[in-house]
Amino acid sequence: MYLTKEEEKILDGDGGEAEERMFRLLVRLGEIYGADKMIPVGSVQVAGVSYKSIGDPGTEFLEDMASKGAKVKVLTYLNPAGMDLENWEKIGFPKDFARNQLRIMNAFKNMGIVVISTCTPYLAGNLPRFREHIAWSESSAVSFSNSVIGARTNREGGPSALAAAICGRTPNYGLHLWEKRQPNIKIKVDVELDFNADFGALGYFVGKQVKNKIPYFTGIKDANTDQLKSLGAAMAASGAVALYHVEDLTPEADLVEKNALETLDVGKKELDETYEKLNTGGDPDVVILGCPHASLREISTLAGKLLDKRLKKPVWICTSRVMKEAADRMGFTEIIEKAGGYIVADTCMVVSPIEKMGYKTTGVNSGKAANYLPGFCKQEVVFTNINKLIEAQS
Amino acid sequence: MKGRMISPGKTEGAAIVTNEPIGFYGGIDIKTGVVIEKGHPLEGRCIKDKILVFPCGKGSTVGSYVIYGLKKNDVAPSGIINKETETIVATGVILAGIPCVDQIEIEKIKDGDTVLLDADQALVTIQK
Repeated sequence: MYLTKEEEKILDGDGGEAEERMFRLLVRLGEIYGADKMIPVGSVQVAGVSYKSIGDPGTEFLEDMASKGAKVKVLTYLNPAGMDLENWEKIGFPKDFARNQLRIMNAFKNMGIVVISTCTPYLAGNLPRFREHIAWSESSAVSFSNSVIGARTNREGGPSALAAAICGRTPNYGLHLWEKRQPNIKIKVDVELDFNADFGALGYFVGKQVKNKIPYFTGIKDANTDQLKSLGAAMAASGAVALYHVEDLTPEADLVEKNALETLDVGKKELDETYEKLNTGGDPDVVILGCPHASLREISTLAGKLLDKRLKKPVWICTSRVMKEAADRMGFTEIIEKAGGYIVADTCMVVSPIEKMGYKTTGVNSGKAANYLPGFCKQEVVFTNINKLIEAQS
Repeated sequence: MKGRMISPGKTEGAAIVTNEPIGFYGGIDIKTGVVIEKGHPLEGRCIKDKILVFPCGKGSTVGSYVIYGLKKNDVAPSGIINKETETIVATGVILAGIPCVDQIEIEKIKDGDTVLLDADQALVTIQK
């Protein structure tokens, strides 16, 4: 791989031991994946934040890096933590878990990382532009930034994203290259998509079928960013889709080569079967919305449905701290809490220890959550739209 | 044997060899360096200061941090030789500073052989 003089100096240790190791990691990964050079990144999003995911080994690694003086060079955000970083006690997160989670957050902060923990950094102040090179980790955020924004990122692991942040660079390969962003399968959608959950079901089905291909969708008449977020998240969870295009809706759809593609048809039958397959439970103990993290529009929708209601069983909605602030100011938080729900910030159901909080069956409207909850959190799942979920808890 | 340098450095020591992949997270005790994965051919053996020879990594990506932790706790292997180093092991050895070479015919190395690992030159020499 070609390295500039300045980059050679990093490998010689001019930037200190931490940066040297981190840069060596980027160079080696670049060589493994056939990169020709390094490219500067505009922003980073680092995964491996929850204590539940990285445990003591990861915590100690991060503390060690911070104590060696490692500092990030570009705007860097974090993936969700394992708990709400402010209201963890009130919601009932275990104390020893909280202590370790706060150690992790401190280490990140000492490295200059913005301790906003979210899978939707683009809704919380880390917004890349079209064609900007970035190094993000979380699979749904990678999908959204590549597909809906048209920024360029591979799906980074925790350490390689941290390395990109500390060195301000990433190896030039994969989805950073225009020729690697071309679709290789066409998805013809012939079904009405009403709820965000419908987009999640479609995403789950397509991800399972296409695995790590780049789909080009036709037949999706309209979709807002919440719905595209839901679609991309589910495809990245059930498959490994890091980029998709939607005719007339996403920025690269007009630009890519889409002739002579193999075609997959998706209709009502496929969607119904997906709902059926993902429903493993009967009656939810808890409903958790906001996977990926809810936008203000989604929080406002929930508040509208819970106004003057009294829930029999809890409903959570997960979001970033930034959206939570706006929800507080708009009175949405008050409405949701009055009804017996919670707005949970900084974390999400998949990385928080909900199985230790006494819940066995979780209701969700997210294809991604329905994919992960049985394995990661030992949950039975009720997967349906928001109206039916609230009905179940009322 | 000539392979590919993953992480630089030079070391010599007794080889501990397995043909099974290793999952470091949950597979190796970070405090002692003892293999704890049930049913693994190396179960119960300590990898400290040995040259660890295995085909590739497997399992959780947290394994990278375990490799780093082994080094910090002074119970890491002195070197690693792989058939194909994937990103979990590559990330771990580079961050920890453990010499590592891959693309080696590991079948030629027998458990207990004294091995010279010169990762800077990507060379592996079996001395006995």
